[in-house]
Amino acid sequence: MKKINLTKGILAITLVALTVTSCKEVKKEQHIDNEHHSDGSHDDSTMDSSNDMMGNDQHASKSTALVANYLELKNALVADDKDAAAKAGGMMVSAFDDFETSSFGSEEQQELKDIIEDAKEHAEHIEKSPIDHQREHFDVLSKDMIDLIAITGTEEKLYQDFCPMYNNNKGAQWLSATKEIKNPYYGAKMMSCGSVQKEIN
Amino acid sequence: MLVNDVPKQVENIITTSCYDCHSNNTDYPWYNKVQPVAWFLEDHVAHGKEELNFNEWADYSSRRKNSKLKSIISQIEDGEMPLWSYTLIHREAELSKDEKKIVLEWISKLKDSL
Repeated sequence: MKKINLTKGILAITLVALTVTSCKEVKKEQHIDNEHHSDGSHDDSTMDSSNDMMGNDQHASKSTALVANYLELKNALVADDKDAAAKAGGMMVSAFDDFETSSFGSEEQQELKDIIEDAKEHAEHIEKSPIDHQREHFDVLSKDMIDLIAITGTEEKLYQDFCPMYNNNKGAQWLSATKEIKNPYYGAKMMSCGSVQKEIN
Repeated sequence: MLVNDVPKQVENIITTSCYDCHSNNTDYPWYNKVQPVAWFLEDHVAHGKEELNFNEWADYSSRRKNSKLKSIISQIEDGEMPLWSYTLIHREAELSKDEKKIVLEWISKLKDSL
C-alpha cells in the first residue's frame, strides 16, 4: 500500500510539474508571438491605412471638443452672459490641456504648441474677468482658433465672421456654426453687426 | 528689454512704471520688511511676472508677443496699469498723459512690426 501511495504521489507531482512546465512554454510561445506581432508588419499596416484613409478625419476630431467649448463661449458673449462665458472659458482651458499634438508633423506640432500656449492664457483670463475683458481676450482667442482649425480641420461646418467696428475700428473675427450674424463683441447692443468672411468645412 | 533699439525715453518709462512687477529686477521697497505687507507684495509680484515678464520676452513666440502687446496697450489705455495700489506709493510710476502717449505709440509700432 505504502509503495503504491508513494508511486501515486510521485506520479501526481510529476504530472503537476509537467503541466506547469508545459503551461509556461505555451505562455512563452504566445508571448513571443505577441512580440512578433507588435514588432512586425501587423502594426505597421494598420498605421499605414489609418494615415492614408483616416488621417484628416482623425485630426479634425481633435478639434471637436475645443470647437464645441468655443461655440458655447461665443453664444454666452452673444447673450451678454458673463458667468456662462467664464464657465465655457474654463472648459476651454481643460480642452487645451487635453489636446494631444503627437499625431501631427513636427512643424505643425510647434505651431500648435504656440497657438495652444497663447490661446489657453486667453481662456484662463476669460474664466476670471468682467465681460469687457472677456471680449478683448475672445478677440485674440478667435484668431488662435481660426489658425488652429486651419491645421486640424473641423468636423462641424463653421462660418468665419467679421465685425469691422470692434477694437477701435480695427475689427475682430469670430467663428460661428450658423450663417446668421449674432455678434459676440457687442451682444444685444449691436446684435447683427458683421458679415460672413468665409465658410470653413 | 523688448527689442534692441528701444528709445531711451521709452525704456525709462517702462523701467520705472512696469519693471518692479514685470521683470526679475524687483526693487523691493522698505515696507517689504513689514508683515503682512510682504506677503501681499510677493503675491502681487509673482502674479505680475506670471502675466508678463520682460526678462522672458525673448522666449515668447511671436504669437504670444503679439497677444502681450495687445494686452499691454489695452491695460495702459484703460488706466488699469500701473496698478493704483502701486502708484499710490510709487508716485513716480504713475504715467502722465504724455508718457502714456509715447509708450502707446511705440508699443503699437512694435506690435505692427511683428
